[in-house]
Amino acid sequence: MMRGPRAADLALAPAAEERPRTRHTYGFRYLLRRFARNRLALVGLWVVMLIIVFAVFASWIAPYSPIKPDFVNLLKPPDTGHLMGTDDLGRDVLSRVIFGTRTSLLAGVISVGIAVMAGLPLGLVSGYYRGRLDDLLMRITDAMLSFPFLVLALTIAAVLGAGLDRAMIAIGIVFMPAFIRLSRGQVLSEREQNYVEAARALGAGDGRIIWKHILPNIISPVLVQASLATAAAITAEAALSFLGLGTQPPTPSWGSMLNFAQAYLSTAPWMAIYPGLAIFITVLALNLLGDGLREALDPRLR
Amino acid sequence: MTRYLARRLLLTIPVLFFVSLIVFSLITLIPGDPARIMMGEEASREALEVLRKEMGLDRPLILRYGIWISHVLRGDLGRSVRDRRSVMQTLLQKIPVTAELAVTSLIVAWAIAIPAGALAAWKRRSAIDYAATTVALAGISIPNFWLGIMLIYLLAVNARLLPPGGYVEPWIDLGRNLKLMVMPSIVLGTALAALVMRLLRSSMIEVLGSDYVRTARAKGLSDRVLIIRHALKNAMIPVATIMGLQLGGLLGGAVITETIFAVPGVGRLAVDSILTRDYPMVQGVVLFAALAIVAVNLAVDVVYAFLDPRIRLEERSA
Repeated sequence: MMRGPRAADLALAPAAEERPRTRHTYGFRYLLRRFARNRLALVGLWVVMLIIVFAVFASWIAPYSPIKPDFVNLLKPPDTGHLMGTDDLGRDVLSRVIFGTRTSLLAGVISVGIAVMAGLPLGLVSGYYRGRLDDLLMRITDAMLSFPFLVLALTIAAVLGAGLDRAMIAIGIVFMPAFIRLSRGQVLSEREQNYVEAARALGAGDGRIIWKHILPNIISPVLVQASLATAAAITAEAALSFLGLGTQPPTPSWGSMLNFAQAYLSTAPWMAIYPGLAIFITVLALNLLGDGLREALDPRLR
Repeated sequence: MTRYLARRLLLTIPVLFFVSLIVFSLITLIPGDPARIMMGEEASREALEVLRKEMGLDRPLILRYGIWISHVLRGDLGRSVRDRRSVMQTLLQKIPVTAELAVTSLIVAWAIAIPAGALAAWKRRSAIDYAATTVALAGISIPNFWLGIMLIYLLAVNARLLPPGGYVEPWIDLGRNLKLMVMPSIVLGTALAALVMRLLRSSMIEVLGSDYVRTARAKGLSDRVLIIRHALKNAMIPVATIMGLQLGGLLGGAVITETIFAVPGVGRLAVDSILTRDYPMVQGVVLFAALAIVAVNLAVDVVYAFLDPRIRLEERSA
């Protein structure tokens, strides 16, 4: 499916596909080919896939239980038995980092999922029909975007109560306006295109035009935004858990691991180093992936 | 011009209205009894009744919003549930601390971002460009709470170069104040630097490709003069227009940074009041943050209208 950046492939590609006349000929395969030429983005993709493998097979990969305390091995520095050392309850840091991938990926995917599922339809309808609803929605999103996003997420999470599920809802709500604005802006330009008029002339209803004709044409920028938002959502969940509002102990979460590590910074720095490194690598990989997708979509950015 | 300003000001009113509505409903829509949540399970029936009365919980919603907003408009944000102090007083006391941190972080951010962004655009697709853009992406990806903890570990715990945290007013001991600001400013500044650098790079690339830069080059101007006097000045415009976004990043980041480094500013106040369920205080802090951003966005647009002849002249031709 996805081909590497081999010169032969590129030379054989028909000219029309290489240099599309309009935006609309940017097919998904064209996007993938451009993406595959970006080496950093590919690295990001591989790392993300590796992290997914870690999350899915955590119980097989992790050498120890991430939750069961081991009072014989408290605060042990990294060695061959415990590659990343142990924490204040004797738990293996590596195992907790591996299980932490589950929490982080879940938080990233679910909260962005909430934001897209709520934001995309609102943006589509708002941009397609314009009018009062659009005005109202734009003022509300203006207002929501006036809050620093972490402050708003923190407040919503606090109101809903501590816990991973509620943190995900809070982050999802805070990310929603960005998706409303993005999809609305895209619809505004698409609805004036000839193909929409053609569909209407053929008797297609509004619902059909929006879902069958406009949506496929605006989905690429939404996907790019979603991949970048996933990175931000993972950081946000870690931040909330770090402040004590997200994932609750003993569930392994990189953010809450860092929170508890603060007290042992001088005696057991490994407790802080590895969970943070895990967040950094995951978020960086997702950002590389998202940037790669964005550049593939809009070549002027290179 | 006046029409543009009038329209811009009018547009701010509904935004302010919805901001106030969000802040009000955030706390009002708490599932369960807010008085019980704030005072805890062991609170007496009488104490709960008093708090409910004080918060007006026995009145209908619209009336409560009306009373709340009329107080807010008069500068009365209510009292803290914890220490009974006026929310406004506490905020006014904390704002200068966060303002100092914001300014020092902005200095750090721009000092890194402007040269790096300009250079990356000038030497586009070179090793310098790739290095700068990769470092910027890393800067965006690094979680600020981890960066903060690692700096404390390296510079305070190990090297003993800097104090791990705390705060002293600048007029009491300026030297110590600045020393205490170093690590928080680096943490808060780097994420912003990465954002600004990326933006500046792409706007600089656009400017460098424009006709007037080619003309200036044809006149025989040196690269130095060309970049600083002609290109950078115009490339900075998009960076300046997202001041509101930058302030949002700073205020959001301050929540984390002030918590890690024990800086008694607005961000720390936000976390403390959220964790102790001091909802009037939470409302005050959140409202302040949003108003600050709305104000900066408005100011940027107004200044921009004065500076950009295209907006100034648009009205005349229309």
